[in-house]
Amino acid sequence: MNAPAEEKTRPLFDGPEWSFELMGTVHDAIEEIAIGELGLDVYPNQIEIISAEQMLDAYSCAGMPLMYQHWSFGKHFVRDETYYRKGMMGLAYEIVINSNPCISYNMEENTMAMQTLVMAHAAFGHNHFFKNNYLFRDWTDASGIHDYLAFAKNFIADCEERYGLDAVEQVLDAAHSLKDQGVFRYGRPPKPTAQELEAMARAREGEASSRSVLDIWTDATLGEIREERSPADREVSSRQSALNLPQENLLYFLEKHSPVLEPWQREIVRIVRYLAQYLYPQKQTKVMNEGCATFCHYYIINRLHEKGLITQGAFMEMMHSHTNVIMQPEFDDPRFSGLNPYAIGFAMMQDIRRICEAPTDEDREWFPDFAGNPDWKSVLREAWANYRDESFILQYLSPHLIRQLKLFVITDDEKQPELVVSQIHNRAGYREIRQILARSYDLAWLEPDIQVVDADLKGDRELQLTHTIQNGIDLVDEDRAEVLKHIRTLWGYEVSLTGRDRETGDQVYRVSTADPKDKAA
Amino acid sequence: MHHFIDRRQNPKGKSLGNRQRFLRRTRHHIKEMVDKSVQKRSVTGNGPEDMAKDERVTVPVKGIREPRLSHSNTGGYRQRVFPGNKDFVVGDSFPRPKGGAGEGGRKASESGEGEDGFSFNLTREEYLQILFDGLELPDLIRKTSVETETIATRRAGITTSGTPNNLNLIRTMRNSLGRRIALKRPSGSEFAKLEAEIRELEELDAPTVNEVQLLEDLRQKLEALKRRRKVVGYIDPLDLRYDTYTTEKVRNSRAVVFCLMDVSGSMQEREKDLAKRFFILLNLFLERAYEHSEIVFVRHTHQAEEVDEETFFYARETGGTIVSTALQEMREIIDERYPPDEWNIYAAQASDGENFGNDSNKCEALLNQHLLPVCQYYAYIEILPESDTALLNDAAAGADLWQAYRRVKAQWSNFEMLRVTEPAHIYPMFRELFAKKQKGEVS
Repeated sequence: MNAPAEEKTRPLFDGPEWSFELMGTVHDAIEEIAIGELGLDVYPNQIEIISAEQMLDAYSCAGMPLMYQHWSFGKHFVRDETYYRKGMMGLAYEIVINSNPCISYNMEENTMAMQTLVMAHAAFGHNHFFKNNYLFRDWTDASGIHDYLAFAKNFIADCEERYGLDAVEQVLDAAHSLKDQGVFRYGRPPKPTAQELEAMARAREGEASSRSVLDIWTDATLGEIREERSPADREVSSRQSALNLPQENLLYFLEKHSPVLEPWQREIVRIVRYLAQYLYPQKQTKVMNEGCATFCHYYIINRLHEKGLITQGAFMEMMHSHTNVIMQPEFDDPRFSGLNPYAIGFAMMQDIRRICEAPTDEDREWFPDFAGNPDWKSVLREAWANYRDESFILQYLSPHLIRQLKLFVITDDEKQPELVVSQIHNRAGYREIRQILARSYDLAWLEPDIQVVDADLKGDRELQLTHTIQNGIDLVDEDRAEVLKHIRTLWGYEVSLTGRDRETGDQVYRVSTADPKDKAA
Repeated sequence: MHHFIDRRQNPKGKSLGNRQRFLRRTRHHIKEMVDKSVQKRSVTGNGPEDMAKDERVTVPVKGIREPRLSHSNTGGYRQRVFPGNKDFVVGDSFPRPKGGAGEGGRKASESGEGEDGFSFNLTREEYLQILFDGLELPDLIRKTSVETETIATRRAGITTSGTPNNLNLIRTMRNSLGRRIALKRPSGSEFAKLEAEIRELEELDAPTVNEVQLLEDLRQKLEALKRRRKVVGYIDPLDLRYDTYTTEKVRNSRAVVFCLMDVSGSMQEREKDLAKRFFILLNLFLERAYEHSEIVFVRHTHQAEEVDEETFFYARETGGTIVSTALQEMREIIDERYPPDEWNIYAAQASDGENFGNDSNKCEALLNQHLLPVCQYYAYIEILPESDTALLNDAAAGADLWQAYRRVKAQWSNFEMLRVTEPAHIYPMFRELFAKKQKGEVS
């Protein structure tokens, strides 16, 4: 596309106004760098221009282009809108969706320079990550998500019409409260077989909306256990499942084994569970996803500038925005609100490039695998494809970067009167800091470990849950009681939750919906 | 490969359904607050308008929590990594910070659940919707409403041609400025500087050859600038931008509300305040049903006159009480300004129920023959002393005027009458007047 002589290239644009034509040209120029130089592998891009109000819409629905209707989305919209109008909150320049084709929403207010940056960031950085990272590859179906969302929206709208707003709301409220406990954390789903794919296609065409087909196609995308559905087998299989306890996916368990749910209610629970699972990889890869996108846009805008394809002014504008994004206030700064995933991700990836290009002795000692590897791009691509935040930090955070960020660890032990600085950025602390930081991105640590342990269907049918308490960290009390009530709604009988310490196995607490009000509330 | 889509023109309000569900969920609280806002609101504000502005509503978080099973922020053993160590060494210790700063205390605020109450604005529409929820114009009225058609103009963007009175100065000057910069039109200060230099050279007594040469150059330069200035005009026809308007037909329905009130000595601040509340509600309610509405204030003692709002509510007047004068005045105003085939006419009359002699019969006649046939709706409210609960509960008892109106009511379905003693009665009474009636029910 470009003239071979690069010395006298004209900038692609000059001025803040964007147009679709211009964006197309810039997109192609970015693509040339992203694919040709960085070797990215992306879904086709579909870039949509939206207004601020539409951005707020997207915010309230977890960034999904289509969503069923629920009051909680309205609440988020109202809150965000209030903040936005008061100027307490800015809106993102873009939202990108893990789908094929990869949809990114760009704000109409962006200048041409910002649109360029945003395309490099979302349409290539995030896009590559979605397409290549193992979590997304294994757990999400990028080409099916639109159809599924459309199905979910229509299905829930139908249910509202048929069974009333209140009945649907009750199930959704209950299922939403278990979103965090509605994912498979460890099991890995197989890919759907050709037969199942066909069934999915049929269901999408809307030719058959019978429950059985729906069941196949949602389960198939998630790759659930293939259960025989005939009534004679059901009892057998449920007994087997009872043996298969404990189960960490509460929504799955309730959907399959709740004695009271109607088929349509099960379907709603399944929808919530499916979407929770779809979003789960994004929760596990905040640092990597943003780091990857930020690294890509940084590389791309620098190359565009070197090639003379953007003006000095546009370049400065992009760098200004880039700098804001990766700002990491220090712990005593009033702006400090935790580690910035953009900052950590970007710094780590730049650091990997440095280790490849100009390794020190220390780097060679810590990263013998790739220190000095001339092909830093493939090292990065490898990292993007095969890690999540926790393992990425555990593997790649270098002493150099720990010193640069001056990381340190504070230990807060309830039994001690004071907080203690337990590690700082010195030789003795590197490994420990790296481990603690990595763990702080491990959702299995961040989210409470709650499992179904028993449900005596022949007896009192009480659903027994266990919370394995880690390091003495308890649950939020008020919410616990509320969520138990929601579980009771879905289960239909009493529900109890027992907290046990992981180390000692002692029972710390026990709450049940059967208890007198004052105790459960 | 890429694909661009312009979504900006997509229909707005994608999340409207969610908002409605949210309002529905919190309806109970919102309704309570809206009702309270009506009853508590000071009536000394700026008339009906101030009541219908966007209403800020705070909903307690309790009903709209989204509970999750999550770790609490305190207690237990935890370690956290921070950036930007200054001078800590291993083993340094310090007391636990109070109240959320530093360790922990952050997770919860991210989900936005940390607030005590959740406040947001209802739009005027929603406010009125909730305020008048379940109320509607009686069927009879809707059937007979009159509509007229008028031509309205609407802005339709910017064009390059138009009449001078529609010139859009800001757009035009913006274009002009851009063009002048782009085409390097010499500025006034450049001229002044050049001319000053020339003048300086001219004034020299014995210029050198160089200076003569320089003077010549400068003069030529000045000429060039002048030419350029002529060619690149300050404002060029290219710069001109005009606002345009298109016309469209609008069907509109108009309503006029007559507020009639007795202002004789027996009507004190309290009575007037009650009446005002009723008038405001009626007007707000009708504003929702009609595109255009007007209010006429008529006060009376033993004689009636049309006054402005201020005088109506706050001026003092003494005299007897002859109710029929107000009705007569209203009739005259209708004849004069509000032909019933173009206007929907409503009237609300407030009084303490006293009337002079046998004037009540005259009122009855006026209503029956002249006013009720042209009115969409006529409401009469009688304001009783606070202690008078016996009368409040007994519709059959009452003075002359009440009795006369009872006879009127028996004949006309668009006539309503009610009694109140305190502000809290007004709104429920109002709701009662306009509550949806079951089919076949005789009002």
